Amino acid sequence: MSVSRKEVEYVASLARLDLLPEEKESITQQFNVILDYIQRLKELNLSGVEPTTHVQQLKNVFREDRSEEKGRELLPEVLEEAPDSARGLFKVPPVIEEES
Amino acid sequence: MDYYKMSAAEAAGALQNKEVTSQELTASVLRRIGEVEEEIQGFITLLDENETLLEAEKIDKARASGESLSLLAGVPMALKDNLCTRGIPTTCASKILRKYRPPYDAHVVEKLKETGTVLVGKANLDEFAMGSSTENSAYYTTRNPWDTTRVPGGSSGGSAALVAAGEVFFALGSDTGGSVRQPASLCGVVGLKPTYGLVSRYGLIAFASSLDQIGPLTRDIRDCALVMDVIAGHDPRDSTSVPREKENYTDYLGRDVKGLKVALPRDYFEEGINAEVKKVVMEAVRKCSGLGMEIEEVSMPYTSCALPAYYLVATAEASSNLARYDGVQYGYRAAEAKNLLSLYKKTRNEGFGPEVKRRIMLGTYSLSSGYYDAYYLQSLKARTLIREDFQKVFENYDFIVTPTSPTVAFKAGEKTDDPLTMYLSDICTITANLAGVPAISIPCGFVDGMPVGLQVLGRPFDEGRIFQFCYALESLLGVRNQLPEVNVKRGG
Repeated sequence: MSVSRKEVEYVASLARLDLLPEEKESITQQFNVILDYIQRLKELNLSGVEPTTHVQQLKNVFREDRSEEKGRELLPEVLEEAPDSARGLFKVPPVIEEES
Repeated sequence: MDYYKMSAAEAAGALQNKEVTSQELTASVLRRIGEVEEEIQGFITLLDENETLLEAEKIDKARASGESLSLLAGVPMALKDNLCTRGIPTTCASKILRKYRPPYDAHVVEKLKETGTVLVGKANLDEFAMGSSTENSAYYTTRNPWDTTRVPGGSSGGSAALVAAGEVFFALGSDTGGSVRQPASLCGVVGLKPTYGLVSRYGLIAFASSLDQIGPLTRDIRDCALVMDVIAGHDPRDSTSVPREKENYTDYLGRDVKGLKVALPRDYFEEGINAEVKKVVMEAVRKCSGLGMEIEEVSMPYTSCALPAYYLVATAEASSNLARYDGVQYGYRAAEAKNLLSLYKKTRNEGFGPEVKRRIMLGTYSLSSGYYDAYYLQSLKARTLIREDFQKVFENYDFIVTPTSPTVAFKAGEKTDDPLTMYLSDICTITANLAGVPAISIPCGFVDGMPVGLQVLGRPFDEGRIFQFCYALESLLGVRNQLPEVNVKRGG
């Protein structure tokens, strides 16, 4: 099977990537080469095989559901790394606006 | 004296016997860095030399005052630049984190600080650890100290090159599909990917969370065991970190290996393995019988589906892990975005390099509605078959031995145009990550003057016996801690 440029554009929008036209072109080509290789998996008989999501069979690791106060003193350091901040908060462009 | 040529254990011993100070060791590696770093380009961030020497001086003073110190106290080292270091830039070799200074240290960094090792700098890598040559670094490509026209491997190529060039005594890397072992192989050093869950990833910037492990790159097996003694152990901040009793890995060194059984999976000696590399590895394997070990061929039939399964699992997880880079909380932000969505899209497209975008795209695709069952779920099932291959072999054998890399280090630029060929560099290493088992690469010889690595895989949490075996093999092979003559441009 092959992937079209249109599908690549759709996936890019899901991935929040504003790909340039030449990137869409090269990714479409490379996608097809890589997916072609990945078809090898289709040759396997996988019926009845359980999927492995994790190799360690650890059960859920819980801690007390309490907020940990420590770390608050790092707030100035954290905000210093932000591209834009104001009054102890991250600052971003308008959120509620129709996309053109 | 050229102290930089010592192994970490030798340097530590000399420190303890007061034959050398940490300041002298540090000055020696800094001199070496001055000579060769322009050619190697292994560091992304080299810390201020005076401050590094000051750290060394602190350890010397503590030692002089009779304080009891850890063995590696005062030994200079480097960290792959995807390990968070408080207040020190941690870039992942990405434009998107160019000036990022984390507000905390990774667990392994805390451990090394407690031990008193001296951080010299942060090592280059493929952007977000995605690659096999460091050519995907947004900054520059690191060069192989054995031949600077060749790549050091990747993604921990900076770490491997720095250790091989004598610029540090040891380094840490991370391994998602071979990123410690393959560069160790290509640079002629030792590199271990520990069992999944043995070393906490708290503060390791995530690539593929079900595969990532942190591991050491060192000059020999003893050094590797020493570093593992420091960094292994349970940490509640990584929920995949396994609670178990702490082992002393150096205790295993020198124990008899007679009667232990080695499996040689023929599936790892077929597809795409260079004939000369195969020959060198097989010669090393033959020597194991001299150690009284039993060696038998086995079959691991699902090996050939490991690479496709890996590229689906790893990219799916990466697409999710890398969703956090959106230009809001840290790192790069694109200019002049008119709304939040376009801020995300522009920031990410401008901030990520081509390979990272390719993998985010592939991961997003395989997780997207309509393809999830066809790709992602299939890859998880294939992963089960690969794990079972390992379980079966380990019922009857103690170790599995394979080549680490199908070829010696390749020329810079040779594989950059063809992602799939580059992916094939990891063909021998990815299974260990999929199965979660420990695997090490040790130097076992040379082809055309370039180092060849031999890979030893063991049962989960059997690092101790891997060291036991490799220590015996290392002394038999006689290729430990060999440093190349780096061509020094300006006459040294």
